[in-house]
Amino acid sequence: MINRRPDKRVFFTKTKLIIFNIFFALLVVSLCFLILQPFLNKVSLSFMSQKDLVDSTVVNIPKNPTLDNYKFVWSLLDFSKSLPYTAILSLLMGLLQTASSLLTGYGFARYDFPLKKLWFVCVIIMIIIPTQAYSISLYLNFRFFDIFGIFQAITGKALNLIGTPVPLLLMAVTATGLKNGLYIYLFYQYFRGIPRDLEEAAHLDGCGTLKTLFRVMIPDAAPLITSCMLFAFVWQWTDYQFTNLLLASDNFLATRLNGIDSLISASGGAALANSSGTMVIYSDTLTATATLLMLVPVVTLYVIGQKKFVESLNFSGVKM
Amino acid sequence: MVTGYLFISPFLIGFLCFILGPLITTGRMSFSSVSIDAVNSQFVLEPAGLTNYLRALTVDANFNRMLVESLEGMAIQVPLVTIVSLFLAVMLNRSFPCRGAVRAIFFLPVILTSGIILKMEAGNALLASMEDMQGATAGSATSITSYLEGLMMGAFGEVPIITTILTMVNKLYDIVIASSIQTVIFLSGLQAIPGNLYESAKIEGCSSWELFWKITFPMVSPLILVNWIYGIVDYAMRSDNSLISYIETFRQALDYGFASAMSLIYSLSVVLIVGISYLIISRMVYYYD
Repeated sequence: MINRRPDKRVFFTKTKLIIFNIFFALLVVSLCFLILQPFLNKVSLSFMSQKDLVDSTVVNIPKNPTLDNYKFVWSLLDFSKSLPYTAILSLLMGLLQTASSLLTGYGFARYDFPLKKLWFVCVIIMIIIPTQAYSISLYLNFRFFDIFGIFQAITGKALNLIGTPVPLLLMAVTATGLKNGLYIYLFYQYFRGIPRDLEEAAHLDGCGTLKTLFRVMIPDAAPLITSCMLFAFVWQWTDYQFTNLLLASDNFLATRLNGIDSLISASGGAALANSSGTMVIYSDTLTATATLLMLVPVVTLYVIGQKKFVESLNFSGVKM
Repeated sequence: MVTGYLFISPFLIGFLCFILGPLITTGRMSFSSVSIDAVNSQFVLEPAGLTNYLRALTVDANFNRMLVESLEGMAIQVPLVTIVSLFLAVMLNRSFPCRGAVRAIFFLPVILTSGIILKMEAGNALLASMEDMQGATAGSATSITSYLEGLMMGAFGEVPIITTILTMVNKLYDIVIASSIQTVIFLSGLQAIPGNLYESAKIEGCSSWELFWKITFPMVSPLILVNWIYGIVDYAMRSDNSLISYIETFRQALDYGFASAMSLIYSLSVVLIVGISYLIISRMVYYYD
């Protein structure tokens, strides 16, 4: 093709490119703002004093910034006690869920055994069935926990495990906890993509099954393991469906946050506000502050391990 | 052979004890009236036939409405999330300054809106009014959309299509925050497309538009299926789902039989939707290798 008016064409494509880039930049910035807005609003609310809340000239920047909200919420959430509890529980859950999902995913990906298809369908079922379908009887199962009537025979009644971390830990060990199906699927996809030669070479060098797993496969999957742990940790931290149902412990931050309305009214928050209208506003401020306080550790973790989160799904090559 | 079973044995035990077992119990409970026997510390099932189901579908004033609303919301949100996340992924796949930071922000909703956080946000009237105030002072999107809304309503009246479109526009925030994981999945798919496909197509004289529809779209189509299903499942278990909270109130009131029936109806409809969409979409998926 002969290009007869090169100058004009170059000019047009250049202008087009500039306009496109400006449009693109605007779009990216506004979408980022859209995502961050509720978070930033919470931050600005959390520093507002009660005076600022009723002052209609204050929109974003508090005029009398204060830390009182944080102090109040700190004691409401019993933060110095609930923070370590939540952190330890989430860490433990992250480790256990990752370990069990890794083994299951590895088994499915690298071994052939009878009924494999059927069991893998079970993994898929676990992913797509809403937990609500079985959560009620799961609750009753742990409320009256028994293994073949053993406890009934010894103590005369079934164990009540609700309120202890045992149900959550049991489900984590057996890879059936919160979003565990997803983790199994990720590990399955990852291990399936590793060439057979690697395993054969390991076998030739005298590695047994376990040695192959620990010396070859796990180091290879280290990035996925890290990000799976991060996911499991964060989702456990903010989980309220399973944890509220089975753990129901006041020491767990999400559970405490869920009941914060009653905590606020019980703690005499009403006395702090002068009229009933302010009370609603004030309790909403406290809720926002509490949410923020709970988010601080995980957001910090995210900022540090941000690459791991975003890249985790990249190399796992999700397919169907 | 045995080794394989050893590896998956934790999952097998867990699945049988904590998923399949409870699932069957829920099924049985939904056909019974459940009472707690405090003396022997166990729960007792008395067969009640279809009572619970009839109560949910014909007697209860809220369940039908909430179920329809929930599925309707899903029907609007899932296609939009899939489209928006593909769009975002294509956008983030370009190289531009601060790309890492922008990606981090787009993925942030995975934390900022997970579990309890979304629930707290949904119930916070002050935050909502704050956004309205910011919209009013900045003359930003909120007021433009409300202006357009008035204009279109005035011109066409209450035409269903227009109301649907307006709901979609108002849901932009919900959609963007729900698309994080899907965006990353699409992004990984985009990066896996061999570059030589694009090069040869460009030499043949394809425009960018054609490149997208002839190469990008078919190459990521398996991921459309994945993301579609993930979207359904994710929406079905969102913590601000009013139906789930409604069922939860009956569990807390120890009305286990009725709550089981309701959650089974809901779950079955979700599974049914997943199945139907799988059958339809998997026909259109193109596998490169």
